[in-house]
Amino acid sequence: MLPVSMDDLAEKANLLRAEVVKMLTNAGTGHSAGPLGSADFWTMLYFGGLINYKANDPWWEERDRVVLSAGHYCPILYAVLAEAGFFPKSELATLRQLGSKLQGHPVARSLPGIETSSGPLGQGISQAVGMALAAKMDNQKWRVVCFMGDGEQDEGQVWEAYLCAAKYALSNLTVVIDRNNIQIDGHTENVMPLDSLAAKLAAFNFNVVEIDGHNLMEIKEAYERARVTFEKPTAIILRTIPGKGVDFMENDPGWHGKAPKLAEAVEALAELRKIRTLGGKITND
Amino acid sequence: MHLIEDLRNPKLVAMRDGYGEGLVEAGKRNERVVVLVADLTESTRTDLFKKEFPERFFEMGIAEQNMMGVAAGMAACGLIPFVNSYACFNPGRNWEQLRLSVCLSGNNVKVVGAHAGFGNGTDGGNQQMFEDVALTRVLPNMTVLVPADYEQAKKMVLAMAELVGPVYMRMTKPVRPKVTTQGTPLTIGKAQVLRSGKEVTVFACGAMVYEALLAAEELVGQVDVEVVNVHTIKPLDKETIVNSARKTGRVVTAEEHSIIGGLGGAIAELLAEEYPVSVKRVGMRDKFGETGEPDELLAKYGMTKDEIIKAIKQLI
Repeated sequence: MLPVSMDDLAEKANLLRAEVVKMLTNAGTGHSAGPLGSADFWTMLYFGGLINYKANDPWWEERDRVVLSAGHYCPILYAVLAEAGFFPKSELATLRQLGSKLQGHPVARSLPGIETSSGPLGQGISQAVGMALAAKMDNQKWRVVCFMGDGEQDEGQVWEAYLCAAKYALSNLTVVIDRNNIQIDGHTENVMPLDSLAAKLAAFNFNVVEIDGHNLMEIKEAYERARVTFEKPTAIILRTIPGKGVDFMENDPGWHGKAPKLAEAVEALAELRKIRTLGGKITND
Repeated sequence: MHLIEDLRNPKLVAMRDGYGEGLVEAGKRNERVVVLVADLTESTRTDLFKKEFPERFFEMGIAEQNMMGVAAGMAACGLIPFVNSYACFNPGRNWEQLRLSVCLSGNNVKVVGAHAGFGNGTDGGNQQMFEDVALTRVLPNMTVLVPADYEQAKKMVLAMAELVGPVYMRMTKPVRPKVTTQGTPLTIGKAQVLRSGKEVTVFACGAMVYEALLAAEELVGQVDVEVVNVHTIKPLDKETIVNSARKTGRVVTAEEHSIIGGLGGAIAELLAEEYPVSVKRVGMRDKFGETGEPDELLAKYGMTKDEIIKAIKQLI
C-alpha cells in the first residue's frame, strides 16, 4: 500500500461521509449518526495500513477478518469497501433496494468483504471470538477486528463473549466500540447507563485503550498497541461525535436511525465540503 | 429394514452414549471437527471427545448464546463445530443466534440438544423441552434430526459431520430400547419403513419408534399397522410419507415433542397439501411438564404404546 498522509486520509473520510449521505438519502431509510461518526475510524482501518486485505481477492485466506457487529453502521462500511475496490462504486446507489447485494443490514458473504450477518446486536462479537479461536487453533497470523456500538453493550451476549475472549487470551482480537453516547431511545446514560465502560472492560481482563475517535493518529497508535499486546484481547473505545461533520446531526439521538431528506442532504453535503477534520480539530477552509 | 430380533426383549442403551462415541469417531475421521459445550460435558457425553481431542474441545461456560456465535465464527473459518447443551437451552436459549449467525449466514454448525422431551424428568417442567423441533424446523437452511436409538444416534453424528450446513439433532436422556442394529442403514432425509402394513401408518420418531413397533405388534390380527421411522423431520421424506398414506389411508404420528410444530405438525402440513387423510397426533398436547420419572411422565401425558393403540383404534 502506498504511504498516505493524514491529511489525505482526513479528506477521504469526508468524501466517504458524503457518500454515506447520498446513499442514505437515495435509500430513504437507514442510520446516519453512527456511520458519519465512525468514518474516521473506518478510513484509517482500511486506508491507513492497519489491516491486511486484497480487494480483488476478498476471501483470501490470510486476510484480517473485519466483523461489523453493529450492523446498522453498514453504509459507511459499504462505502469504504467500494472505495477500496471490493465492488463497483455504482452499486452503492442500490442500498436497501430489492435485489441489491447491499442489504439494509449486512448478510454474511452476500457482498465481497462482508464476513458476517449483523443487525440483531451482540452477535458479531461472539463470531469474532470464534474466528480468533480458529486462527489460534490453526496457528494463523491473521487478526480479527470487531466493530461495535455502545448501545450494543446492553446485550448480555456481549459480556458472555468478553468472558470467553479473556479466557482464551485472544490477543489476536481487537474490539472497537464506538462510544458516541446515543442509541435509538436517547442518550445511553439515560437508556441504560454504561459508564465507566473502560473500567468494566479492564475488569473483564481486556487491554483497554480509550481515544478520540476522530483523531487518525490516535486510531493508528491504538491499533498498533493492540497488535503488540500479548495474552489479552484489546478494546479500543472510540470517543466520537455522532453525526460528525454535519452540524445539525451532531450529538442528536434523533439522527441515530434516520436518513436525510433531499433538502437536508444538500445542506449536509455543503457542510461536508467545507469542513475538514485534522488531528481531531475542526477547521474551516 | 434390519432390526433387532426380539422386539420384546431389547437392550437398553442411552442415545447420548451413541452420540458421544460417534463424536469421537467423527473427530478421528475429520480433524476439522471441534466440540463446544456449555458446562454440561459429562451429561452431554462430550467428555469422550474431550479426552481424545483436548485441543479441539472448548468449554464455553453457561453462556449458550455466545457458544452458538463462537461456533458460527469457527465455521466461517472452515471448522465443523458441534454445539452442545440441553435442548431447552440449545436451541432454546440461543435460538436467535442460531437464526442469524448460523442459518441466515449459512454456517456449517451442528447443534445437539440433549435431554429433550421428558429427559430431565425429575428436574421438572422448567427444563423439559417439547418445543425444540418446532423452533428449528421453521428455520430456512436447517436439517432437523431425531435418532430412534443408540445406534442411530451414533450413525447420525458421522452423517451430520459430512453434511455441509446447519443441523439440529435432539436426544432424550434415559436408557431406551435399541431397535436398530449396527447394520441398519441410515440416510439423512430418507424415512425408514420398519414394518409394512396396509390399514394404518404410524409415523414416529425418537424413542416413540419403539412404542409404535410394540403397538403394531400388539394389534396383529386386529389392525395391519405400518411403522415408519421419520428420523429426519426436515427435509421431510415426502415420497415415502405420501406413498404410505396413500396405501393405508389412515395416519398416526408419535413423538416426544409438542404435537404443534413437530413431526405431527410436519406430517399434517404435508398430507393436507399432497394427500389429505385422517391424522391423529400422539405427543405433548400443548402443555408444560412437571417433576417425575420420565416413564411416569410419558404415561401421564400420553406418549406410550397404549396411546398409539388408542389413536389407531379411533381411526379404524
